[in-house]
Amino acid sequence: MGARLLGHALRSQVSAALKEGRVTPTELCQRCLALIKSTKFLNAYITVTEETALKQAEESEKRRKRGQPLGILDGIPIAVKDNFNTAGIETTCASNMLKGYISPYNATVVQKLLDQGAVLLGKTNLDEFAMGSGSTDGVFGPVRNPWSYSKQYKEKSVPKSHSEDEEYNWVITGGSSGGSAAAVSSFTCFAALGSDTGGSTRNPAAHCGVVGLKPTYGLISRHGLIPLVNSMDVPGILTRCVDDAAVLLGSLAGHDPKDSTTIQDDFKPFELPDLPDVSKLSIGIPKEYHAPGLSSEILSLWSKAADLFKNAGAKVVEVSLPHTRYSIVCYHVLCTAEVASNMARFDGLEYGHRSDVKDSTESMYAATRREGFNDVVRGRILSGNYFLLKQNYEKYFVKAQKVRRLIANDFGKVFGSGVDILLTPTTLSDAVPYTEFIQEDNRTRSAQDDILTQAANMAGLPAINVPTALSERGLPVGLQFIGRSFQEKQLLTVAKWFEKQVQFPVIQLEEAERHDNGVFQHQKSASFS
Amino acid sequence: MAAVLAMVARGCGGVWRRLRQRCAVRPGSGPFPRGERAVACNARGGMMSAGKSGLTPWIPVVGLEIHAQISSNSKLFSGSQVQFAAPPNSLVSFFDASLPGTLPVLNRRCVEAAVMTGLALNCHINKKSLFDRKHYFYADLPAGYQITQQRVPIAVNGSLSYSLCIDNKMSQMVTKTVRIKQIQLEQDSGKSLHDDARSQTLVDLNRAGVGLMELVMEPDMCCGEEAAAAVRELQLILQTLGSSQAVMAEGQLRVDANVSVHHPGEPYGVRTEVKNINSIRFLAKAVDYEIQRQIEELGNGGTISNETRAFDSKLGCTVPMRDKEGKQDYRFMPEPNLPPLILYDAKSLPANMNHQQVINIDWIRERLPDLPSVKREKLVEQYGILPEHSFTLLNEDGLPEFFENVVKQTQMKPKKVIGWILNDLLSYLKQHSLTVKESPVSSFLLADLLNLLEKKEISSTAAKQVLATSLSAFPHTCKQARDLIALLLCYVEMLVTKWDGTEDAAVTEKNWCLQGF
Repeated sequence: MGARLLGHALRSQVSAALKEGRVTPTELCQRCLALIKSTKFLNAYITVTEETALKQAEESEKRRKRGQPLGILDGIPIAVKDNFNTAGIETTCASNMLKGYISPYNATVVQKLLDQGAVLLGKTNLDEFAMGSGSTDGVFGPVRNPWSYSKQYKEKSVPKSHSEDEEYNWVITGGSSGGSAAAVSSFTCFAALGSDTGGSTRNPAAHCGVVGLKPTYGLISRHGLIPLVNSMDVPGILTRCVDDAAVLLGSLAGHDPKDSTTIQDDFKPFELPDLPDVSKLSIGIPKEYHAPGLSSEILSLWSKAADLFKNAGAKVVEVSLPHTRYSIVCYHVLCTAEVASNMARFDGLEYGHRSDVKDSTESMYAATRREGFNDVVRGRILSGNYFLLKQNYEKYFVKAQKVRRLIANDFGKVFGSGVDILLTPTTLSDAVPYTEFIQEDNRTRSAQDDILTQAANMAGLPAINVPTALSERGLPVGLQFIGRSFQEKQLLTVAKWFEKQVQFPVIQLEEAERHDNGVFQHQKSASFS
Repeated sequence: MAAVLAMVARGCGGVWRRLRQRCAVRPGSGPFPRGERAVACNARGGMMSAGKSGLTPWIPVVGLEIHAQISSNSKLFSGSQVQFAAPPNSLVSFFDASLPGTLPVLNRRCVEAAVMTGLALNCHINKKSLFDRKHYFYADLPAGYQITQQRVPIAVNGSLSYSLCIDNKMSQMVTKTVRIKQIQLEQDSGKSLHDDARSQTLVDLNRAGVGLMELVMEPDMCCGEEAAAAVRELQLILQTLGSSQAVMAEGQLRVDANVSVHHPGEPYGVRTEVKNINSIRFLAKAVDYEIQRQIEELGNGGTISNETRAFDSKLGCTVPMRDKEGKQDYRFMPEPNLPPLILYDAKSLPANMNHQQVINIDWIRERLPDLPSVKREKLVEQYGILPEHSFTLLNEDGLPEFFENVVKQTQMKPKKVIGWILNDLLSYLKQHSLTVKESPVSSFLLADLLNLLEKKEISSTAAKQVLATSLSAFPHTCKQARDLIALLLCYVEMLVTKWDGTEDAAVTEKNWCLQGF
């Protein structure tokens, strides 16, 4: 029977175990549900759909017994960020505005997963309406990084005082898809959907030591994803390994008639080569990503990674993306403007929270929105509306759009010069303790944390976080690869090669070990760091 | 028409009369010249006459903003059905209700309708147009914004030619042209029903998201008659194209008028926007009233404020509308969920493009039906009828076809047939508010009758009497009526053959026949 299964990769081990009948979908589902319960303190899930999950698992089991599985995902437990619509299951966006909101339809990506037999375990926690970089600003409270409770972190962190160390030392997951990253990282599911607008999938993936893929804008349908910034949002994929990300991508990508911004061309799912070759590639190192505040630890990992490529025969070149430093402010203007617009629909009339204030329609709107949105959301609505005012539109919005074009052109030039993939850090540092994180406000944090990731959203490019090593504090650190538009296969091939080189260690989590029959096969960590 | 005017005059009471007395051409001058409406309609393109005292005349300027509901099975960005007077909220998709996560998907039919309309109005069709969001909070606008085309609309720089008669004489028609600034695609809003007694508002989203074409007409008109004639012509064009049913009473064609007055040589005056106009006749009235009001206001030393006014059809005047909390800033923003709308022509059409996925402007152009102006010319040319008759024919849905059918089936000359149709048939239909389709007398039967007349088997008086009696004697269903008239005609023919007698005899016998039914 399938001991140690939960910590394993979906494509290689788990699907084989399911196929060979070493584990049944129901067993797998039950184990995940038990683990979700025992790791409840992580606050990774807002809603756990135990009943429907078990039913789905049962259906999957029947199909598998008949020898007619719907594909590799049939029976695989997955989790979905709570800003994707799920029919009949609460979709809250971690906001009072949508608490109790049950959507009548499935997001296209959710529907695709269900159609392929995946078992939906629940909806994961996030920053309210995905506005944040810590997964700390949702109405259901912050998500705790599973690595806070890992043997690796506990051994290295110096407790301030014995009784309080756990309560004070736990670190954030990053965000805003922190719930999904924590869910994958703590083995409660094999893959999860996140969303990525400025780094919301890659950032928590880096902090939680999982793979986080932001596909090219237009490759995956946004229909049913409650938008943050329509022109940058992309459903994100969080998995244990790069191969699994390729599996998920294959099952999700492609034109959706319900999303006019998806490309018409057919998408052909691909498998990655077992022995990827990077020797003919040109890897670009954008010098502007050597940003202020980049930790020396990450800087040194970054340069070691470049050496790995060099040693493998790849061409490694320093490149320049000169407009990078303007990117985050432009991102801020465009983001808040679209937020102001997208949030206008939450007026308490058709759905969601409605205030009891009934003096007039206007006062009802105002009270509904004050009660429904947190300060972060209201702040962004306010600044977004300011940027869109007639007298400010040219000065801010149009200018930001022009700079956005320049940023996209920067990437275009670099890729045009023969560079295949860009290698950058994903975050400036490893995850910080929650108590430290909340010393700064959401805006400052987002500006710092999205600095290395949002440019890919501005340009619509595919990017992936690959867990690379543990920091001195025993926390995950990841590096980011950015590829050409719609060249996901090349991007993932490089990522897979890199993943093989670095042999990122498996999290040693007491709860997970207990629920996975107490046995963990510790993969050997390469002498990378 | 007389009935409506009477009602307006009664309802308006003192206001209208006072106005008529006090403000004719220039403030304080005498009453209207005979035969003129509230405003001297300057169909000849002139300005308001200076009057006897020689004060500077006023030039009224009228521009129109017209919303035409696109005739299509489904809405502009969703698959919900479009239907008038369906049960409330029965035609609402998730997108129409602005459920979070839903996205707009452009309806090809609506784009084609707009292209067709643009071509018919001599517009330049933009091969690339863009969609924008226009923000404002209102209960019947669920998303908090309307998707429209503010920056680059689908069609620009067109023109519309229309004709109107001078001094109410059909024989003196002039043709004028109004420039079309642009045509933009946009969403309709839902409907709010305010229940003041229970201080609640009920919202019906059936109309929310229905496709509209907003047509902006440049201020090239100068009186109510002109505005009315332009809108009537537009209505005919839209109906001919099938791009909109354009029934004003059903809200498929909504007209707002921008009105201002100024002295010659001076810049345009401050304009007001007149809304709530729901028939073409009211449009003429509303515009003329507003021109007159402004002239009077300015003449009395007052000023015109840039405001929105509503036309009160019962009072026949315009009244200020409650201000929407000062000036609105719509915070326009590009609609990020819709890529630019790209249209092709024969030249730019990519070779291996799926035809289902592209709209070819030239393909649409080749398939445009004859427009009303062309139809009129053809009627005049082919049948030798007077131009003004061609206008009357085109004004009634189905009447040109009726006319042509009668002509085909009779030996009578078209020039004579037209008289029968316009003077006898049409006036009867109008009196009884019947459409041509509802006519109790079919083209076949009328042709029969006219043939009898043409063969001199009955006299013109008899024919008229037969027609009149046929039309009025059977207020039953159309089919019944037609059957009866068919019988009636048989009897008339029988009588003619039998007695070969005088007209009077035939008529007498006809009356006898009628009693038999």
